[in-house]
Amino acid sequence: MGVELTTTRLEDAAKWAKQSLVERASNWGRKFSLFSYPFVTACCGMEFMSVAGPKYDLARFGAEFPRFSPRQSDLLMVVGTVTEKQGPALKRVFEQMAEPKWVIAFGVCASTGGFYQNYSTMPGADQVIPVDVYIPGCPPRPEQVLDAMIMLMDRIQQGRGHSQLRTKREELIAAAAANDE
Amino acid sequence: MAQKVLDALKANHASAIELTESLFGDEIAWVKRDSLVAVATWLRDEPTMQFDSPVFVTVIDRLDWHPTGVPLSAHWSDESGKPRFEVCYQLRSSTHRYRIRLKVAVPEQDARCASLAGIWSAFDWQEREAFDMYGITFDGHPDMRRIYMYDEFVGYPLRKDYPKEKRQPLVRRDDLPINPIKAPGAPHGDR
Ligand code: SF4
Repeated sequence: MGVELTTTRLEDAAKWAKQSLVERASNWGRKFSLFSYPFVTACCGMEFMSVAGPKYDLARFGAEFPRFSPRQSDLLMVVGTVTEKQGPALKRVFEQMAEPKWVIAFGVCASTGGFYQNYSTMPGADQVIPVDVYIPGCPPRPEQVLDAMIMLMDRIQQGRGHSQLRTKREELIAAAAANDE
Repeated sequence: MAQKVLDALKANHASAIELTESLFGDEIAWVKRDSLVAVATWLRDEPTMQFDSPVFVTVIDRLDWHPTGVPLSAHWSDESGKPRFEVCYQLRSSTHRYRIRLKVAVPEQDARCASLAGIWSAFDWQEREAFDMYGITFDGHPDMRRIYMYDEFVGYPLRKDYPKEKRQPLVRRDDLPINPIKAPGAPHGDR
């Protein structure tokens, strides 16, 4: 097809150097103005509050306001256990967010279901929505969350977020289709 | 202490009480299914009883119960007569400081029990929980629906024959990551 659909981190780094100035600037802007939507369902919420509070202070990284409307946010934080019953709600919240959007699975419950291996718990939020960064820990230390935040910011700058990649691919596929004609 | 309650129950409702036991300081009265409401109403209204505090209602699934030490026949004549479920109502009287547990034997084929939600309204949601988890239908309950699980859920998860890791997903991603190398020509990669 002539379209490159997979990338490795190294290739990406090389590509980053070739990113257009506009792209680089807009990604820079995106990574420092993450508005998060905390989808808080369980005990990890305490740790989220601690990260958002003054001591660890997520606001240092530009993720200043938790927005309680998915339409105004671009970072979905799935904080805590997701049950099967909540699946439709989670999916809907994600679909309501405007692109580009990112997802962090906060804690093992949101990443894999954690120690809940039963009929009611979804084995990870990635069963229903694509997740960019997983944070292990039950609950994770605030430092881990900050680490994940920085990883996510890295990805955003490189254009490697799930939704960024998808947009990119759609563009590439459309371009290839136009070429073929 | 609550032995008084058991004695009073036996004196006033001899035909309704199948058996009484005292276990670790808890007094238990096995009540016939049909007489449960009458016994409970009496316990609440009788001035010497005044059971005003409903503590909990729960169900025990005796699917594979093989008691050690006590022969099964102490309760039931044989294995086939053993009912699968026990519905337990724990009650407390704050006036007289009595505690009592009412148990009702419920067979698997006819998983019904009388509802006490009309007598103590706190049992409303608890009976819904018991229905949700064990599938015991409480007759006379105002709103017998599932309370925790979704309506699409099939089966009763706390029954011992429900495979505990069997999930019944409502939604799943329809766009799981497809590696384009493995699936050439796939229209989209991972989102
Ligand atoms: S990962 Fe641990 S702390 Fe976080 S929601 Fe699950 S059980 Fe609670």
